[in-house]
This record gives sequence, structure tokens and C-alpha cells, in this order.
Amino acid sequence: MRDVAVVGFTQSPSLRRETDRNEVEILIPVIQELRAQTGITNDEVDFVCSGSSDYLAGSSFAFISGLDAVGAWPPICESHVEMDGAWALYEAWVKIQMGYADVALVYGFGKPSMGDVPLTMALQLDPYMMMPLWPDAISVAALQARMGLDAGIYSERDMAERAVRDRGNAKSSDVAQVKGDFTVDGILADPYIANPLRKHDCAPISDGASAMIIATADVANRLQDRPAWIRGFEHICEPMDFGVRDLNASRSTEIAAEKAGVRSDKIDVAELSAPFTHQQILIERALGLDDATNINPSGGALAGNPIMAVGLSRIGEAAKRVWDGSADRAVAHATSGPCLQQNLVCLLEGN
Amino acid sequence: MSDDKNDPVEIFRGHVELDYQYTAGVSASRFLRAVEQGKFLGQKCPVDGRVYFPSRGSCPMHAVPFGDDSTVELPDKGTVVTYSIVRVPSENIPLELPYITVQVLIDGADTALGHVLDANLDDVRMGMRVQAKWKPKSEWTTSMANIEYFVPIDEPDADYETYKEHI
Repeated sequence: MRDVAVVGFTQSPSLRRETDRNEVEILIPVIQELRAQTGITNDEVDFVCSGSSDYLAGSSFAFISGLDAVGAWPPICESHVEMDGAWALYEAWVKIQMGYADVALVYGFGKPSMGDVPLTMALQLDPYMMMPLWPDAISVAALQARMGLDAGIYSERDMAERAVRDRGNAKSSDVAQVKGDFTVDGILADPYIANPLRKHDCAPISDGASAMIIATADVANRLQDRPAWIRGFEHICEPMDFGVRDLNASRSTEIAAEKAGVRSDKIDVAELSAPFTHQQILIERALGLDDATNINPSGGALAGNPIMAVGLSRIGEAAKRVWDGSADRAVAHATSGPCLQQNLVCLLEGN
Repeated sequence: MSDDKNDPVEIFRGHVELDYQYTAGVSASRFLRAVEQGKFLGQKCPVDGRVYFPSRGSCPMHAVPFGDDSTVELPDKGTVVTYSIVRVPSENIPLELPYITVQVLIDGADTALGHVLDANLDDVRMGMRVQAKWKPKSEWTTSMANIEYFVPIDEPDADYETYKEHI
């Protein structure tokens, strides 16, 4: 395997609604800032890969306009995934591993405030039995949470603790959308929005973008004193049909973590992008995390959820902790699909 | 479909409908507000001076953001750089067949605008000089529909050399 490291990362603020800017205009300053941070120009970038969703934009081939933010002249080598930018990063990493590139620019962006996200997400469900019922994403997640509660895997208090932790951590973040001092009892006194989920159990919906540069050793060592080396990178998908999945565990995260070598040593920092508190618990369990790990120091997805960028941002936030020396080993997680259907695990190390 | 409840379901119709509140964006909003005043705005790349019309958020070649200071006002005249005579009806174009679609390179711009030309089919040609035919001022809104179509004007054809890079 080639040594590849995260060397640059920028992100926009997570906002419930960008009033004036369109999704490309949200992305433009993020890419500009990344160029300023790294000094990397288009001449040095061998591969560009992006993640976004035309379903969020409400128009086909909407992602093409994102290239305005990158500049595609002279012609560039470019690709796109209809997924979170974390999967675009995976494609770029594979491209580098195959020897087709040394430096890659990756970005994820979305403006979900233009549509109705919980309903749009229903289109991810199987098109014959589930999707025609139009179950919104919060109701589907609530059914999963109910299963876990009934099985005694976690309590509503455990769930509320994740919201308190992540929104509290996010107080130090300048891009988070939901942050502050909350209490478990205060949250538990709130009404349900979809039993057993309360508002605080749900990640916000955010407009936003993030961008990253990964590079092989020569460039990485030039740009960072302590590059965040990608030592493990896996993603696994579970079947579409809920009936054949174990919804009380995240088996795909477990397998991805095992393949990425997450459990071989202590994890200092974990950045998780599960959009519901009970899913945070399932991911923590799947990764084998305990009190020894600083979980979601940025606040994670529960503090800011720029859909199609939130997973890439978790990897960027984990990389920042490696760069500044506060973590030797960090793990980042991204998810896609209903009830944690597909999960990606990225292991970063300082050495 | 059969009325017999015991027959297997053979056809299922799934209706998909999602509503969006579209945002034009800062740059396109600036452009459309000018169109409401009867003006065309383009944006000039500070790197190579190319003028983009309609305006957009950044230069797609150099990825330089376009701010207010990049804005240039353009005339509503231009040159036909290519055209097509349409003889097949299209659902969202309520024009009488046949009609002419054109790519118009507005004077001073480096990107062409797609529109419709009101002219004799035998007359349309590359290099033809044309001008926007605006709706009555009282009907202007923040929409490109303010321009009904382009019409030929009495000017000599543009030299091929002047637009060959923009076809």
C-alpha cells in the first residue's frame, strides 16, 4: 500500500438554511480556503472527486455545476459519487493506491433546505414494499430506536446523553449548527416527535460543504509536520430489505472496522456521523469505543449535518486532531442509507 | 387490473413527487434583477478577461469567485453562432412549428445564449446579427421570459474570425 495522508481540510458553517447562496456558491469559498491552506494549485492535483445528491438539489446533473468551484481548465481528471463526500474520498484513495494519482482534491456539498429531506430519504427504500408508503426518515429511525429499547440495548437516557455530549463538545466549534449546554433530564422532559425520538435525538439538517486534499508521502511531508496518514479505509453495505438485517447492531461498521484495523490499538479520537442518538450508540459499540476515546470532539453529526458532506467532515475533523498532536490514532465514520445501511470507516494515524 | 382479490398483483403504479424551493443564488439573482430592469449583466474573469453571460458564481476555468466588481453590462445585440430549425413539437415550448433556435453570442460576451429567433427559415445563418425583442416594460419580471425572442437587425454579418472560438 502507498502511504497516503490527509493534508488539507476546510468546511463551511452548517446552517439550517442558506438564504441567498446556491450550493455551488456555498462550495466556492470552501475550495478557495483549501487552496490557501495548502498552497496546492490545480496543476498539482491529479484527480478530483465529489459527493453530492441530485435528489437534494431537485435537478439532474446538478453536481456538474460544482466544478465551477474547482476550475476545469486545462481539462481535469474528475469523478463524482451520488453519496457523501467520504465515499468520494474513498474513490480518490483507491485511485492513488492504483498509481493513477499522487494528489487528489475531494469535496462534498449540498443544500438540503431546498427540499423535504425526511421525505426525500424515503426514495432510498426498496421501491416495491416500503417506498410507496413514503415513510419519512425520522419515523424509520424511530422504529429502529424502538427495537433497540425493547431489546434493552440502550435506554432513552443513554440516547439523551449522546445529545448532551455532542452538543456540549460543539461549543468549541465555529461551524456547528446546534450547540450548547443541555441536560439529560431537560431533554427527557421534551415531547416525542416520533416515539421514542425527541428533537434532540435527531441530527439537524444543514446546508453546507467541505473539501479535502489527500496526497502521497512527498507532498504530505512537505505540507504537514504531522500528516494524518490513512492506515485503514473500508466501507461495507448491508442489504436493502430491513427484514434481513440486524437493526440492533451495525454489522457493516463492525466488519469495516475489523478490516481497517481499528481495534488493533487504542483510539484517541473518534468522529462519527450517525444522524440519530441511538445510531451513535450502535456505531460506538460496533467500533468498540469506550471512555478511553474522545468521541465527537467537534460535535459530530448531531451538532452539524451538512448532508453529503458530513461524513467527509468527520474525516477532516479527525485529521485535524492528528495534525495538532492531540491524537495519534483517530477513527472517522460515515454512513449512508436508512438505519445505518452502509458504513465507512477511516483510520488515521500520526505515524 | 382484475377485481378478484385472489389474483396476483401484476401492475403497481408508484407516484413520486417531491417539492423544492429553488434558490437562484447570489450571482444569478443579480443577473435576474438586472433583466427585470431590461439590462444584461455578464461577469469578467480577472485572470483572462473572458466575459461569462449569463453571469455565474465563479469562473469555471480558473475557479475565481465573481463578485460585484466582476460585473459588466452588455448590450442586447449579438451574433448567431449556430442555429437549428425545429420541426418536432416539445412539451414545454409552445411555439408554432417550425421555429428557429439559435445560440447568440452577445456583443462583448464569450459564452453564447440559447434562445429563439423570429426570422424566415431561409434567412437564418451563422454570423447573422440579431437583437433581443423585449416584452412590454410593464410585463418585465426577474425572468429571461422578458425576452420574447431575437430578431434580425440591419447590420452586416459578423466576420467568422470574430466568433469562431465560440461555436
